[in-house]
Amino acid sequence: MCGVAGFFGIADQADADRARLTRMIHTLHHRGPDGYGFHQAPGIGLAHARLAVIDFKTGAQPMANEDGSVWTVFNGEVFNYRALRTQLVAHGHRFATRSDTEVIVHLYEEYGDDFVRHLNGQFALALWDSRRRRLVLARDRCGVRPLFFARAGGRLWFASEIKALLVGAPITARLDPFSLAQTFAYWGPVAPGSVFAGIESLPPGHLLAIEADGRETLTRYWDWTFPERDAPTTRWTSIEQAAGELRELLTDAVRLRLQADVPLGAYLSGGLDSSAVTALMRTAGSTQLRTYSVAFDEAEFDESAEQQTMVRYLGCDHATLRCTRAQIGEAFPAFIRHAEMPVLRTAGVPLMLLAQQVRADGRKVVLTGEGADEVFAGYDLFKEAKVRRFWARQPGSHFRSALLGRLYGYLDHSPTRHAALATAFFGRGMEHLDRPIFAHAPRWSSWQHALRFFAPDLRASLADWNPPDWYEARLPAAIARWAPLARDQYVEAKSLLADYLLPAQGDRPAMAHSVEGRFPFLDHRVIEFANALPARWKIRGLTEKHVLRKALDGLLPPAIQARTKQPYRAPDQASFFANGKPLDYVAELLSPERLAASGYFDPVAVGYLVEKCRRGHAIGFADNQAFVGILSTMLLDETFVRRRAA
Amino acid sequence: MSTEITAVKPRVRDYILHNLLFSDDAAELPDDTSLLDRGIIDSTGVLEVVMFIEETFGLHVKASDMLPENFDTVNAIAAFVERQRQAVA
Repeated sequence: MCGVAGFFGIADQADADRARLTRMIHTLHHRGPDGYGFHQAPGIGLAHARLAVIDFKTGAQPMANEDGSVWTVFNGEVFNYRALRTQLVAHGHRFATRSDTEVIVHLYEEYGDDFVRHLNGQFALALWDSRRRRLVLARDRCGVRPLFFARAGGRLWFASEIKALLVGAPITARLDPFSLAQTFAYWGPVAPGSVFAGIESLPPGHLLAIEADGRETLTRYWDWTFPERDAPTTRWTSIEQAAGELRELLTDAVRLRLQADVPLGAYLSGGLDSSAVTALMRTAGSTQLRTYSVAFDEAEFDESAEQQTMVRYLGCDHATLRCTRAQIGEAFPAFIRHAEMPVLRTAGVPLMLLAQQVRADGRKVVLTGEGADEVFAGYDLFKEAKVRRFWARQPGSHFRSALLGRLYGYLDHSPTRHAALATAFFGRGMEHLDRPIFAHAPRWSSWQHALRFFAPDLRASLADWNPPDWYEARLPAAIARWAPLARDQYVEAKSLLADYLLPAQGDRPAMAHSVEGRFPFLDHRVIEFANALPARWKIRGLTEKHVLRKALDGLLPPAIQARTKQPYRAPDQASFFANGKPLDYVAELLSPERLAASGYFDPVAVGYLVEKCRRGHAIGFADNQAFVGILSTMLLDETFVRRRAA
Repeated sequence: MSTEITAVKPRVRDYILHNLLFSDDAAELPDDTSLLDRGIIDSTGVLEVVMFIEETFGLHVKASDMLPENFDTVNAIAAFVERQRQAVA
């Protein structure tokens, strides 16, 4: 895993450009501490910070084809590179290294911009075609690896992280209020936006080509897609057959992700998904399993018992990070410096601290269960939508609404505990029944709560913004023809997974300490397989991930295989108070003076929220999310806007 | 309206204004506005109001009283508190 940076556009002095590239790539040292590399020509600059995982000796980047006419800088892994290399050699290409990166330049020679369709991997890359003087930027299908760009000074600038653009490109850091609003509604700025004005994120599954004359072409080369809702399932005769094929496919996805010239580890949360990945690592040939997990003092968040069940079952060499609220509060500013976006939850912070432990343990790569809940419909949100749809057909049915009581059992203050209240709250939004955003409209309604904390002028400008309508307008037309669960899965994959989980709980916390996460459930073959399955095989009754559980028969302890989903969470606002007072930096950033000076939030409203949190009365998601979102926004402002302007 | 409700209502209104609306502006909270329909109160918001009632007025709110109609307006909450106080008196 690595960091990339560069530019394409009008020419400048070579030494001035080298200085810019050097500044940019040095900000990405944490992504690639094993060496820097550069390629420059008039109007083009490529820089690379390397985390050596495959081919230590000859894998340095930038890397070129046989005659030096095509160059690439690449952040990520191509898991099927051995098969691709064999094919390319058969077509006459000559390889100079053993690296997975080299297949990219030869694939481009062979297939042009379609090269990206051949890659099974997680990546963000830039490719320079010197003959045609064109630059290609591309990002993996799900958005595992980040890639940002900005247009300034007659050039297009790109980098793995925004901080590199801010030191290299002639741009001024400024937070974009509408992207802030998106983050408070959807949990992340919606690609191609970023939370910084003028800086874009290349959307997952997209390729951007910039020609010599400046023309740009943005191509979507892959997307999550589902069968039409009434299409017959002819591919499998039974769920047992599908589960068997899935087992083989998952084993292969894990096997491909075990390729490395360094020792690997795995994250073990105690849930079904990470347990499955760890067990499949054993199946795929890993003899020594080194596993890591986070534990909490608070029973609501802690999964230590389940983690230990798996450790004993598989005989793992296991390490646990017991994460306290104080650690989360202390590490939060560093986390936001890496995340480069506001967050509504602190859950990424323990993962950053865990990556630090992994790295100190001498590991660079971990496999995790990320993505299974999106691919196989694991979240309570999917079941909630199923109950609400079932209930909507007979709104007067107490039996149907009572099914809500089977959801969110893992929460201390479950919204379904009191039947009459649950009926009142979950019964709202039924008018959206036939819309693709039906499942997500209740979650996104928390925007109305967050809006109260925005500064009066921003509140006025955003008052008419309707997050469900706005998001729905961006969805593909085909979604209307998909089954309801498929619609829910698509929106979840594009919003929560791509715009929040993969950056803020995936790439950034791990790369903060030069650790690469690999996600077998996000192998596009697994996604395409799962998307073709009937919805009833994913959620059976109110049992989530049914077909996945069947595929794992005999591989896991029964208690883990049958376990109900418990989302990974961490203590939120309580992490920022000690002895009845906010931490010093929190008090400073959330003071009325600082809030007024930044202009994003209303000091009166935030003052009441801080006081509510201080007294320990903020027990709901909405308050916790608002507090963490406001604090992280103020940290972004402090780190990237104020300090740079000073 | 009894004097008891009159005494209870400002405290309920202040609580909701500061802790659920996060505002100083009393005009934002008419006594008969629906807290549910306006999204001022959600399911945990109801639990917060219950905690406030129990701590402030020394009452115990039964699970069977956790009904939307008891918590939908400032007037409804104040009336509910009044009924509970009379019941234990």
